[in-house]
Amino acid sequence: MLPELGQFALILALLLAAVQCTLPLYGAWRGNTTLVSIARPAVAGQAVFVVLAFGILTWAFLTQDFSVAYVAQNSNLSLPWYYRFPAVWGAHEGSLLLWILILNVWTVAVAAFSRHLPDATMARVLGVLGFISCGFLLFTLLTSNPFLRHLPALPDGNDLNPILQDPGLIMHPPMLYTGYVGFSVAFAFAIAALLGGELDVAWVRWARPWTNVAWAFLTLGITLGSWWAYYVLGWGGWWFWDPVENASFMPWLVGTALIHSQAVTEKRGSFRAWTLLLSIFAFSLSLLGTFLVRSGVLTSVHAFASDPRRGIFILVFLGIVVGGSLLIYALRAPKVAGGKAFRLLSRETLLLVNNLMFVCAAAMVLLGTLYPIIGDMLGVGRISVGPPYFGFVFPLLMLPVVLLIPFGPFFRWAMADWGAAWRSLRPALILALAAAIAAALIFPHAPLRALAGVAATFWVGGGIVAYALRRWREAPAGRRYTPEMLGMILAHFGLAVFLAGVLITGATSVERDLGFAPNQTQQVGGLDFRFIGVSRVQGPNYLADQGTIEVRDGDRLVTTMHPQKRQYAGQQMQSKSDIDGGVFRDIYVALGDPLGDKAWGVRIYVKPFVRWIWAGGLFMLFGGLTAAADRRFHAKRAAMDETAPDAAPAQVPA
Amino acid sequence: MSRLLPFFGFVLLVALLVFGLRWNRTHDMNWVPSPLIDKPAPEFTLPLLYDSAKTVDRKDLLGKPWLLNVFGSWCVTCQDEHPVLMAYAKKFGVRLIGLNWKDDPDTAKRWLARFGNPYDTILVDTDGKAGIDFGVYGAPETFLVDAQGVVRYKHIGNLTPESIDRELKPAIARLRTE
Amino acid sequence: MKRLVLIIVVLLAGLNAAFAIDPLPFKDRAEEVRFQNLTRQLRCLVCQNQDLADSDADLAKDLRRQVFQMMQEGKTDDQIKQYLVSRYNDFVLYDPPLHAGTWLLWFGPFAFLALGAFVVLRILRQRARAPLPPTDSGEDW
Repeated sequence: MLPELGQFALILALLLAAVQCTLPLYGAWRGNTTLVSIARPAVAGQAVFVVLAFGILTWAFLTQDFSVAYVAQNSNLSLPWYYRFPAVWGAHEGSLLLWILILNVWTVAVAAFSRHLPDATMARVLGVLGFISCGFLLFTLLTSNPFLRHLPALPDGNDLNPILQDPGLIMHPPMLYTGYVGFSVAFAFAIAALLGGELDVAWVRWARPWTNVAWAFLTLGITLGSWWAYYVLGWGGWWFWDPVENASFMPWLVGTALIHSQAVTEKRGSFRAWTLLLSIFAFSLSLLGTFLVRSGVLTSVHAFASDPRRGIFILVFLGIVVGGSLLIYALRAPKVAGGKAFRLLSRETLLLVNNLMFVCAAAMVLLGTLYPIIGDMLGVGRISVGPPYFGFVFPLLMLPVVLLIPFGPFFRWAMADWGAAWRSLRPALILALAAAIAAALIFPHAPLRALAGVAATFWVGGGIVAYALRRWREAPAGRRYTPEMLGMILAHFGLAVFLAGVLITGATSVERDLGFAPNQTQQVGGLDFRFIGVSRVQGPNYLADQGTIEVRDGDRLVTTMHPQKRQYAGQQMQSKSDIDGGVFRDIYVALGDPLGDKAWGVRIYVKPFVRWIWAGGLFMLFGGLTAAADRRFHAKRAAMDETAPDAAPAQVPA
Repeated sequence: MSRLLPFFGFVLLVALLVFGLRWNRTHDMNWVPSPLIDKPAPEFTLPLLYDSAKTVDRKDLLGKPWLLNVFGSWCVTCQDEHPVLMAYAKKFGVRLIGLNWKDDPDTAKRWLARFGNPYDTILVDTDGKAGIDFGVYGAPETFLVDAQGVVRYKHIGNLTPESIDRELKPAIARLRTE
Repeated sequence: MKRLVLIIVVLLAGLNAAFAIDPLPFKDRAEEVRFQNLTRQLRCLVCQNQDLADSDADLAKDLRRQVFQMMQEGKTDDQIKQYLVSRYNDFVLYDPPLHAGTWLLWFGPFAFLALGAFVVLRILRQRARAPLPPTDSGEDW
C-alpha cells in the first residue's frame, strides 16, 4: 500500500513542479502578480510530496519490505540497521530520488531566505528550479521508478554491495549531490537575470552565497569520495581520473571559476557575460555528469547500472535545459561589456586569467573523459585515457594558477601596485625556495616533484599568510577580516595544504607486495613489519580472515594492524584494509591470499602526508561556507539600494 | 555572433553523445578490436587434450583454413555457446579447433563428455600463455585463420546463429574465393 | 568452481583489490618501483576501468606475471608495452600513444588554451584603452 502511495506522491510532486515552472514564469513575463505569487506555495507543495515519497522509500528499507524490487536488490535480512538507511541511495533509482529531494531542499531554502528579492525575479528563479525538478521527476517516474513491486515478495534480498556498507555511503552521496544540485541555484539566478533583461548586477550579489555554499559542499563531497575510495578500496590511491570522478570534478573546476567571477561582477560590474556563462556551464556539467554516470556510454567502476533508454532521456533533458539556456544567453546576454575599467596589471586581469585556466582545465578533463567515444567515432579503435594523461596535463594547466594565486589578494582592483605586491610576496618566494633547498638537502634522493611540491606549498601558503598578516597590521581592529576575506584566506590556505599532500605523497609514498611467513619481519618505508598470523573472525553479516601485523620503528611498537578479508552473506568478498593514520604519515596494510605453509601475501603502503590532501579539502569547505556567511549578501534592505554602481559602462563592444 | 559560440559548441557535444549512445547499443563496451587481423597467427606448440604426449604447432595447421574456439569448463557463457557449436560444427566447412584455456584437462574432458564435443582437435593451454599471444581476454572467443596462417576474423563472446550468419559464414566464404 | 565464483565476483563487484596482491621476487627496490610504474600504466581489459596493478582478474594476474617475466629477460618498458599492444591493441595503455588519432587529445587542450589566451589578451587590450573612473580608489574589497 505504502509504495503505491509513494509513487502517487511523486506524481503529485510532478504536477506541482509543472505548475511551479510555468505559471510564475508566465506571470513574471506578463506582470501578473497573482500568477507570480503561485511560485512559493507550489515550491512548498512539491517539497512536501517529495519528502513524503523519500520517507516512504526509506520506510520500505527500514522495515525490509522485499516486495519493493529496489529494496530487494539493495538490501537483505542480515544488513545491519544502520546501513538500511543509506542503502536508499545505494543504486540508481534511489540516488535519483535523493537528487530530487536535495533539489527541493535547495529550492525551499531559496524561497524562504529571499524575501528581499523582487517578486518577479523570485518567480523566475523558482520557475527555473521547478523546470529542473520536473525533468528529474518525469525521468524517475518513466524510467527509474523506485517503487516498482516484485510480487510475490521475495523472502530475502540480494545484498547491498559490501563496499557500500560503510559510513562513507552515508555521507558522500548526499554531500556530493548537495554541491552538484546547488549549482542549479546559480543557474536559476542567471537564467532569471537573462529572462528579466536585468542590466544591473544585483542578481549576482543574491546568487553569491548560494553558489559559495554549493561549491563548498561539492568540495566536501569530492573530498569524502576520495577519502572513502582510499580507505575502502585497498589500493591506497585517492584519485583515478575515472569518468565518474571526472564527472564531479568538472563542475567543481567551473564552479571555482564561477565563484571568483561572481566576485568581480558584483563588485566591479565587469565580467557579466563570463559570470552568466559560467553559471550555465557549472550546472550543465552537473547534468552532463548525471548523464555520463547513468547512460553506460563510458566504462567506469562507479557507474550505476546502465540503460541506454535512461541515457536518451537524460540527453534530451540536457539538450533542452542547456541548449535552451545557451540560446537564451545568445539572445539576451549583455551586448556591451560593462563595469569599471581596469588596467593590465590589476586583480581583474588575474581573475580573468583564473577564469581562463579553470575553464581550460575543465575542457581538458571533458576531452579526456569523452575521448574513448571520440576514438570510436574517428575509427581509431578503442583508446584508453587514464591517470598518465590527466596526471600530466592537469598539473601543467594548473601551474600558472599556482604561481599567480598569491598575487590575487595583493593586486588592487583596476590598477595594481605591482611594486608593493612584489615587496609583500618576496618573503614567501624566498621561503619557498629555501624550503625546497632544505628538503633537497635533508632528503637527497627526493624526486623533483616532491621538491616542487614543497616550494609550491610554501609559495601559496606563505603568500596567503603574508596577506593575512598585512591585513592584520593595516586594517582597523574589528574590521580586519570580513567573512568573505576570511573565507578566501581559508580556501587559499587549504589549497596550499592540498598541494603539499598531493605532491609529497605522490613522490615519496612506498608500496610493496610481500609474502610473509608467520613471525617474519620485513622492512617497508623505514618501518619494520612483523606478521603474527591469520585467524577467523565473525562479524554481523560476514565471516573474515583477520591478519595481525606489528609495526615497529626501531624498537618502539608503533601499532598493531588487523587487515581483514571478509566473506559476506551474499557470496561477495571484500578486503578491509587496516590503516594507521597520522598527520604526517599513514600506514596501510591489506591482506592478500594464503601462499601455502601458513604464509600470506600482504600489501603494505607507507604514505607520508597523504591526509593533507583531504585536510586541504576541508579548509576549502570552511572557506566557502565562511565566505557565504558575509552579511553583505543577506541584507534585508530593498535590493534597489544595493545594486553595484554601474554608471558609465566602458563603451567597449563585447 | 560570438555569443552563439557556446550554443554551437554544445550542439557538437550532444552530437558526440548521441553517437556514443548508439555505439553503445550496437557494441559491447568491453569489445577490444584485435590487432591480429590480417597478421600471421602467433606461433604456438600445444599438447592435445586427449593425447597429451602429442603436440600441435602452427605450421601443422597450414594448408587449410581453421577456426580456433577458446573455451573453458569454468566459463558460463561457453555453456550458452556450446549447443550452437554442436549444431554448426559440421556446417562451417572448416576444421574447428578448440583451445582449452586456463582449465584443468580432466575437468574439461568431463565437461565435454557431458555437453558434447564439436571439435576436430582440442589443444590445451593451461597457463594461458598461448591465449595471451592470441590476445584472448575472455572466453569464449573465436578466430578464423586462413590456409596461409593469417588471422582473418575474430569474434568476441559467444557465437550465435545471427552472428554466424551475419559475419562468420561470409568471412569463411571470402576465403574460398581467394 | 572457485574460479567461476572469482570471475563472477570480479565482474559484479569489480573493486576488490585483495586478490591483486601478488608478491613477486624482485631483485631490488628499483625493479619493484619500475614494475609498479609499468603496471599502473596498463589497463586491465576485463575490468571496469582498473589498472593492471590493482585488478584481481585472473587475466590481470597472468599479464602481471608476463610483465615481470619480461623485465627479468631484460626487456625495456617500451618493448613490454609494444608486446602487449601488438596483442591487445592501444586499449591496453592508459597513456594514449601519440598518433594521428590522438592529436586532438594531446594538443587540443593547449590549442584551446592558446585560443583562450588570445581572446583574453584582446579583452585586456580593449579594457586598458578605456579611461579609469577618476574617483575609483581601487579599494581592496
